[in-house]
Amino acid sequence: MEKIQRISNINLEINFQEVERALTNQEALEESNRCLYCYDAPCIKACPTGIDIPTFIKKIASGNLLGSAKTIMSSNPVGASCSRVCPTEELCEGACVLNHSTKPIMIGNLQRYATDWAIKNEQTLFEPGTPNGKSVAVVGGGPAGLSAARELARFGYEVTIFEAAEKAGGLNTYGIVSFRLPQTISYWEVDQVEKLNVTIKTNTRVGKDVSVKELLEDFDCIVLAVGMAHVPHLGIEGEDLEGVYDAIEFVKETKSRKLSNEFVGKRAVVIGAGNTAIDGATCSVRLGAENVKILYRRTEEEMTAYDFEYEFAKQDGVEFRWLTAPKRIIGDEHGKVTGIECIKMHLGEPDQDMRRRPYPVKGSEYVIPVDAVIKAIGQTRHLELIEALELQHESGVVQVNKETYQTSNPIIYACGDVVFGKGKGDAMVVTAAQQGKQAAYSIHRQFTAVETAN
Amino acid sequence: MADLSINLAGIKSPNPFWLASAPPTNSGYQVQRAFEAGWGGAVWKTLGDPILNVTSRFAAISFNGQRVAGFNNIELITDRPLEVNLKEIYETKKRFPNHAIIASLMMEPKQEKWHELVKRVEDVGVDGLELNFGCPHGMAERGMGSASGQVPALVERQTYWVKEVAKTPVIVKLTPNITDITSTAEAACIGGADAISMINTINSLMGVDLDSWNTIPHVAGKGAHGGYCGPAVKPIALNMVAECARHAHINVPISGIGGISNWQDAVEFMLMGATGVQVCTAAMHHGFRIVEDMIEGLSHYLDGKGIKSVSEIIGKSVPRYSDWGNLDLNYNIVAKINTDVCINCNKCHIACEDTSHQCIDMLTDENGKSYLKVREEDCVGCNLCSIVCPVDGAIDMVEVPNELPPMSWNDRQSALSLVTECKIDINK
Repeated sequence: MEKIQRISNINLEINFQEVERALTNQEALEESNRCLYCYDAPCIKACPTGIDIPTFIKKIASGNLLGSAKTIMSSNPVGASCSRVCPTEELCEGACVLNHSTKPIMIGNLQRYATDWAIKNEQTLFEPGTPNGKSVAVVGGGPAGLSAARELARFGYEVTIFEAAEKAGGLNTYGIVSFRLPQTISYWEVDQVEKLNVTIKTNTRVGKDVSVKELLEDFDCIVLAVGMAHVPHLGIEGEDLEGVYDAIEFVKETKSRKLSNEFVGKRAVVIGAGNTAIDGATCSVRLGAENVKILYRRTEEEMTAYDFEYEFAKQDGVEFRWLTAPKRIIGDEHGKVTGIECIKMHLGEPDQDMRRRPYPVKGSEYVIPVDAVIKAIGQTRHLELIEALELQHESGVVQVNKETYQTSNPIIYACGDVVFGKGKGDAMVVTAAQQGKQAAYSIHRQFTAVETAN
Repeated sequence: MADLSINLAGIKSPNPFWLASAPPTNSGYQVQRAFEAGWGGAVWKTLGDPILNVTSRFAAISFNGQRVAGFNNIELITDRPLEVNLKEIYETKKRFPNHAIIASLMMEPKQEKWHELVKRVEDVGVDGLELNFGCPHGMAERGMGSASGQVPALVERQTYWVKEVAKTPVIVKLTPNITDITSTAEAACIGGADAISMINTINSLMGVDLDSWNTIPHVAGKGAHGGYCGPAVKPIALNMVAECARHAHINVPISGIGGISNWQDAVEFMLMGATGVQVCTAAMHHGFRIVEDMIEGLSHYLDGKGIKSVSEIIGKSVPRYSDWGNLDLNYNIVAKINTDVCINCNKCHIACEDTSHQCIDMLTDENGKSYLKVREEDCVGCNLCSIVCPVDGAIDMVEVPNELPPMSWNDRQSALSLVTECKIDINK
């Protein structure tokens, strides 16, 4: 679309406004009319939540925006966020049949158009079901938790979400950079869930503010949707220096309080090359950093960031240093970061994960002078909680039945990043939303089956 | 380059593209701009007794975002004094002696009034006259326009009155708001018309505003039917031209009008019997400059076909237009889907499954790839699948060889009647 606005070092707030322009009414009308309205459309199958895309687009064309937003949000309780953060070219837009004749429909942008309308017009899209006397605790108010809660509430369950953070929304509220996903969008989605009489207890960490025992006693069923935790340690010298950041926390800061100008004119490196690393890098640029480099021990080929994120980072002026691993972080006498010692790597043959393992090149060490080091090498698991719940897991990845999302404890279901295992596709918001829905349907089946049996 | 000039009942113009009598031909300024742009002729906005117009006069429908798929107006004939129009016609003709200027006329059905108008108009040097028996709104309420044009006797009588005094060719413009346009076309011929033109606009109400519940357009909260034209009416107009062209008793040139937007439309009208065409809505949508492509496109088309003069194509498709009863019942076509071009939108499947003859299957090949296939034995050759298909070349309608000789319904019925007669004979 339009050229990205130049970064301002004076008004940082501008840098964090949504970069992608919304479709105008005229653009949305023209684009929606371009949709073929396929039968048994491949875009629907390519959407993890199975949104009836041709139907919602047809409704935009006919001026039925309320119906369009309902169609979207009915299948995907975080459909407004997903319209902005989904890798659409790999999902719906990638499957659009028009890829084979002209150019695909801008499904993401149309989805945003319809949900923006609902947000702007303060619509309440769904109603709670008739109370059925059953209660469910949802641990974690991110995409998976919200999605499960929304569907359960529509079935008539009394749902309570336990959220450790100040606000619900999880990744959508705190983890996705504001210039991709403004917080207001996530808040609206949370609000839609709350309007179904779902209780959301924020600032409430299970295992600390409320015990696992209480949960097990007070609720008929539990949905574990706690996602992942902080970025793990690099295990190198200097990690405790001032100026070393956890990328997740770093992004969260930009979404939680007034933007700090301490990055203006500074040099930063980001370690890792996933989407979170890109976020850390582009946030640094937008906080005014003069030079931002991403260090990755493998190459462009192996990086896990989406292509559009990679492109976006390059346009923001982020530099990439491939086959580069950190060896130690160097600080000054005040305990502040001044540089990072790196070592060149080379790739070996593909291992059992089909990924090529990097090996250091002896004697290739060199120092990059930096003021900040942002770590983005993955996320740790909420092991303590998982063990307190006595659930079967593999290095913190909760084991579930792939169809029902039921854990080793029959009354506990788990969905979202907490069940996301290594090398199992992308940990997408849209996948978490779908798993939340499926967990909710399984719970409902479980209870209705019991009732029918009685 | 092919010769594009035409001669319609003695009215000559450098090309077949005329502007129809309508807002674009309201003044000398406009018509001269049109001639400069390349239009071959113009039918001046209808002259007659003074009228008053209302404001909020036009409306159009958009279809799936395409603007002006159809257009509607409630504007009346010229609202400028006759003397002013005549002076500008004179000046325009003087500046553009080789372009055709036809005066459109409307008058109450009185012989002396028609005589007076014809004389005054011919005095300034027009190339021809077009009698407006088609305008369906406003003037019709006063017994003129389509109110006259719907009564064959009135068409014949008024044409006759005009022909009593006219020195230039007389074109009679017909209304489509009638069950069978050939009846009024024939009446015009009997009255002495040198040519006929069609179609004028169709009675229409463009819409109702969903919030105010007013008509579209409305004049201070009230609406009245207008006249419909533009691309949406083209098939209706083309049929009416063709029906007149193939009619045994209608043997005058036809000026084709109705939704003509480009050179291709013009070629179709000419193949179906029009000697030239008149255009309005397309010019109102885009301006006079559209004629440049019309001329060039037509010229390239004729050159490509090795045709020396545009006149050679007039009526060439008329013999191919007939009655349903003469169509060959043994002709057989079926749909064939080209899977390498098909993009798998499945629109053909659902259209056939829900609304036609249930003969397109959604299948999966050994590699798990979806494809569509027509069960030819069940296909009735209706064309629906190829119509809804969004990709050119994905569905072909292919002729299936048939050993049976051609036989139409009429052939069949006459053959059967012979058999019946035989039986009667046998029984005797």
